[in-house]
Amino acid sequence: MSKIPEELRYLDTHEWVRVEGDKAYVGITDYAQDQLGDVVFVELPEEGEEFEQKDSIAVVESVKAAADIYAPISGTVLAVNEALEDNPELVNEDPYGEGWMFTLSIDNEEELEEMLTAEGYKKVLEEEA
Amino acid sequence: MTSLKRTPLFEVHQQLGGKMVPFAGWEMPVQYTGIIDETKVTRTKATLFDIAHMGQIQVTGSEAEEFLQRVVTNDVSRLKVNQAQYTFLCRENGGTIDDILVYRLDESKYLLVVNASNADKDFDWLTQQRQGNVQVDNLSAEEGQLALQGPAAAEILAKLTDTDIAEIKYFRLIPEVEVAGVKCLVSRTGYTGEDGFELYSSREHLVTLWEALLEAGATAGLIPAGLGARDVLRLEAGLPLYGNELDEDISPLEAGQNFFVKLDKNVDFIGKAALQKQLDEGLTRRLVGFETLERAIPRGGYDIFHEGENIGQVTSGSFSPTLGKVIGFGFVNPKWGAVGTELAIQVRRRLVKAQVVSLPFYRREK
Repeated sequence: MSKIPEELRYLDTHEWVRVEGDKAYVGITDYAQDQLGDVVFVELPEEGEEFEQKDSIAVVESVKAAADIYAPISGTVLAVNEALEDNPELVNEDPYGEGWMFTLSIDNEEELEEMLTAEGYKKVLEEEA
Repeated sequence: MTSLKRTPLFEVHQQLGGKMVPFAGWEMPVQYTGIIDETKVTRTKATLFDIAHMGQIQVTGSEAEEFLQRVVTNDVSRLKVNQAQYTFLCRENGGTIDDILVYRLDESKYLLVVNASNADKDFDWLTQQRQGNVQVDNLSAEEGQLALQGPAAAEILAKLTDTDIAEIKYFRLIPEVEVAGVKCLVSRTGYTGEDGFELYSSREHLVTLWEALLEAGATAGLIPAGLGARDVLRLEAGLPLYGNELDEDISPLEAGQNFFVKLDKNVDFIGKAALQKQLDEGLTRRLVGFETLERAIPRGGYDIFHEGENIGQVTSGSFSPTLGKVIGFGFVNPKWGAVGTELAIQVRRRLVKAQVVSLPFYRREK
């Protein structure tokens, strides 16, 4: 079974968000990395770029496929995980930790509230199975 | 939707943690430990593949050679008993029905190993073209095969048989070898660019054979590998995949497979006139290998440009774990097919720099 940490919020497109102070860390879920298989590149956004919720913001390339990553909330890119440049496998090995992709400013708290809880995301996976 | 077929190893794959996916009407393992790991182990040790989804067609009869000479592009008359040959079945227009292996089992008996997706189509085509004293039988439901690939393959296989399998030369076979008590045809062939063997036996014995091989190979590092690694390995080795580099609208010459098309053989084989015409008039596209100079993976269908002009499309692309770079195949205008030619490939919203490189991408040291 894939891991779904309780404290995170999710999109049905398999992104997660972790709020730390006034910034939101974003990555892909354990289920998503498992479905993609070995990740070989991550195309990250530029710091300072602004995105609307659900915009395509990054791309994960595995050996098998490319997957779009969507902005879970509207905001400005504050930082990107540069470690993924040389170690894209971190996305597979530690999707909720070292495999984070970027942080966004939180422009609209309501968007966070609308995201799925761990329970809600678990239901999404059950429907996909 | 018709249900997917399963090989006798389906439950074994599940127990081994294989991730099952639909492929050519079959439910097959795409990976176990991961595509990169399975690719590297194939290049350094050995891996075992379930390829029982592939089709097997037997052609027998006193006129079997004449028949095959008429339907395949390679020269079957040069094939000795216990030798294998790679070849194509073509339509009259030169389009490729399938790419296949032909094994000569005796003077009047051949085994054709065909792609899973094309097995029924090939059988129907061969049956329709049949003439004279020739019998065509589809053995796909009864016979199966495994592939043992990698530098340790010979050492592993030797543990399970009294036959001197090291003596089998590349593209040769021994028709009756007892491996772990199972009667097999063993050929020194494969689709990975590595040394290795393909083992053919009755489907009912595949599980026994599989388990014996994995056990015998454990100390040498043998692991099972799935279709994901198989696809990467064949791409690295510069081998075409039917459905990507070959199909009914692509001729073997366009796919750069001239060596396996014998226009000089003394037979008017099906497709010969069209292929000769392509050669005389010049091709309008040809398959090239490329590597990207930036970090991005061009996938099948992406457009290829040269100096702003769209000159073709990608057919396959992947990260190569062996070479540590991104490689791929594409069809381009032959004007731009020379090694070193700069290309730009549209990957989503950007143009990625690439260049034409020589094939194969990877060649093993002998």
